[in-house]
Amino acid sequence: MHLAAHFPGVNSTTVWSDPRSGSQIDFASFEYLARTAERGTFDFFFLAEGLRLREYDGRVHDLDVVGRPESLTVLNALAAVTDRLGLAATVNTTFNEPYELARRLATLDHLSGGRAAWNVVTSSDAFTGENFRRGGYLDRADRYTRAAEFVAAARELWDSWTPDGRPRPFEHRGRHFDVSGEFTVPRSPQGHPVVIQAGDSDEGREFAASSADVIFTRHGTLEAGRAFYADVKGRLAAYGRRPEDLKIMPGVTVVVGDTDAEAQERAAAIRRLQVSPQNAILALEQVWGTDLSAYDPDGPFPTSDPVPDSEFVQGRVRVADPLAVASRWRALSREKGLSIRETVIESTTRQSFVGAPETVAAELTAFVDGRAADGFILVPHLTPGGLDDFVDRVVPLLRERGAFRSEYTGSTLRSHLGLAEPVGKG
Amino acid sequence: MTPGRPLHLAAEIGGPPRYDPDHYLGLARLAERGALDYVTLGDSFARPGPDALSVLARIAPATDRIGLVPTVDTTHTEPFHVSSAVATLDWVSRGRAGWRADVSTTEAVAGLFGRRTARPAEELWHEAGEVADAGARLWDSWEDDAEIRDTATGRFIDRDKVHHIDFEGDSFSVRGPAIVPRPPQGRPVTVIDGTTAPARAAAARHADVVHIRATSPEQAAAARADVHRLAATHGRAAHEVRVLVALAVDLGDAETAPEPGLASGPPLAGHGTYFRGGPVDLAELVSEWYRAGAADGFHLTPITPARDLERIVNGTVALLQHRSLFRTFHPGGTLREHLGLARPASRYALARTAGERR
Repeated sequence: MHLAAHFPGVNSTTVWSDPRSGSQIDFASFEYLARTAERGTFDFFFLAEGLRLREYDGRVHDLDVVGRPESLTVLNALAAVTDRLGLAATVNTTFNEPYELARRLATLDHLSGGRAAWNVVTSSDAFTGENFRRGGYLDRADRYTRAAEFVAAARELWDSWTPDGRPRPFEHRGRHFDVSGEFTVPRSPQGHPVVIQAGDSDEGREFAASSADVIFTRHGTLEAGRAFYADVKGRLAAYGRRPEDLKIMPGVTVVVGDTDAEAQERAAAIRRLQVSPQNAILALEQVWGTDLSAYDPDGPFPTSDPVPDSEFVQGRVRVADPLAVASRWRALSREKGLSIRETVIESTTRQSFVGAPETVAAELTAFVDGRAADGFILVPHLTPGGLDDFVDRVVPLLRERGAFRSEYTGSTLRSHLGLAEPVGKG
Repeated sequence: MTPGRPLHLAAEIGGPPRYDPDHYLGLARLAERGALDYVTLGDSFARPGPDALSVLARIAPATDRIGLVPTVDTTHTEPFHVSSAVATLDWVSRGRAGWRADVSTTEAVAGLFGRRTARPAEELWHEAGEVADAGARLWDSWEDDAEIRDTATGRFIDRDKVHHIDFEGDSFSVRGPAIVPRPPQGRPVTVIDGTTAPARAAAARHADVVHIRATSPEQAAAARADVHRLAATHGRAAHEVRVLVALAVDLGDAETAPEPGLASGPPLAGHGTYFRGGPVDLAELVSEWYRAGAADGFHLTPITPARDLERIVNGTVALLQHRSLFRTFHPGGTLREHLGLARPASRYALARTAGERR
């Protein structure tokens, strides 16, 4: 089993109103979480990316944790206070250039002794583009072709030094990039940084099957996980790759209690903190696409229908079919007699593994044994103590079961993940 | 007579390409032991070497007081990313970050990126100034007390204290606000080598520290006066800008063949005037120029970092400390404090409170 930890930060999962919630920006928080993950012999530590603050109605969103440091800079600093832990940065391919990013990633790989990973994402909108020279946006198809060509170009650069340590000129002429020269960083300690692909779309699955080392997914149930696992692993052969060349790691939340019942109570309490009254109305506004601040979160749903194609909420993933979501929520509310807030809580709950430590350890193992995942990326709800329970109470049980390592056997992230080092072309 | 203002010393720790963090950490700790204001790490997309900002982030948690100033290319990078990375260096070093803005004028570097052709230095320094301006606005875009965590109203931030910057430059625009909350120093320290005229123009307007080159105290004093004059045209007072003389130093022959004073050495683009001699000779030069009021201090580039930086710290600096010309410890924690530069208030906070008073 492979385990990774996501830093709790800017998302609707992180609970800042808890008195134990610390800074999402001070380096001490990152150091604490990374050291906890390393104590738990996790494969890697994972940071998300932000390129524009979320807004609604032209104003900055103010209800969730806001503000985060730049990932690669934080990970370089974390390399100083950890020894074995993999260090993964989410960096988009839409508003970066291959030469600069390949150089920064190769630098992290050197400075960490071979522990770097890159989570490849794309940016979707002109809203984000307003912060960049490129401006504007790329449509969906172009975003993915640019991403694929970006990764290919980065790999050409990482492969461009000769085995005896000299830069060999590179030249990449493609649809999106036309670059040539000499790369300034030698081949890194694990050959290439590990490439992670996030996402569940068909394009995303195909891209992962062709070129990623790890795919970061979101599949709550064993059945959904098994279907996804079979689909993605089945795509690898077409690219001459073996099933073990791509690790499937869903992002999951875990809530541990002394008993299963206590853990369920805790999980419910956490959900109420995650969906504050204000956040419940915001979730509603995201679907309805209009100002609903006059509504009572503990009251019934609006009778009006959502406004299609509204620009009311920006910088979030758009709700694909607002009318369908609205009718599903109304039906759930009628059926169970739930208020707006209760309905949002019930329909957006993502607590994947809830129970006593023994229960959680058994379920995680069942997912891996049942070919629904190769491991998990934990998404804790608290900074910086959100991994303590898992590392102190669940990891020892996983180790007893022989499901998870008791100590690191290698020093690079590729060795933790059991991935082969890419063959150099220099 | 000892001038009333403190002497500032900084050193470059780059050299032949190294990819081993302990190499850089050793040099930075040495400089820190000498109570230097900051170390710089030169960088360029054109020659072998690691990304400088990443290296200084890597050594930040393993150092305590020394300022960390990587060179950053403003020509082929995204201003928004640059601002985020420098602000993050300030967070991970707890207020010790600076950045040395530079430009790339060659086709060779342009070819690595493939999105714009090489352009003249005047144009690129104008753009570098805009990158510095947009960056400073982004650092100001979160007021210091924007994060409120008000459970009563469910608000994490006071969004009236987080601002769009709506920067419109000649070659790029940035809407803002920053993703990174305002860094510990308010604004990390901006350093520019103001040797050439277009670079000096950008430096006088945007830099907190300006490196100049001179072969005599008179020349240094004239360059410093020129920086102050230009800064004044942008409404900046002399005490807001530090001017450091850049010297490339070769202390290798100290014991056998001392050659005090300046010598014309090999051309060292970007590293300042060449000095060859012993650590004591260097201390004499620093003392003399400094007492003459020629500069606020020196930025020293050791020709052979491992050898010369050791001689600078244990020889030159020790002597200057003995003469009470240089501090023996860092009395403050941030790079701004070392340099005696005030922590700036956010321009948006000032504008907002001024608006409230009206």
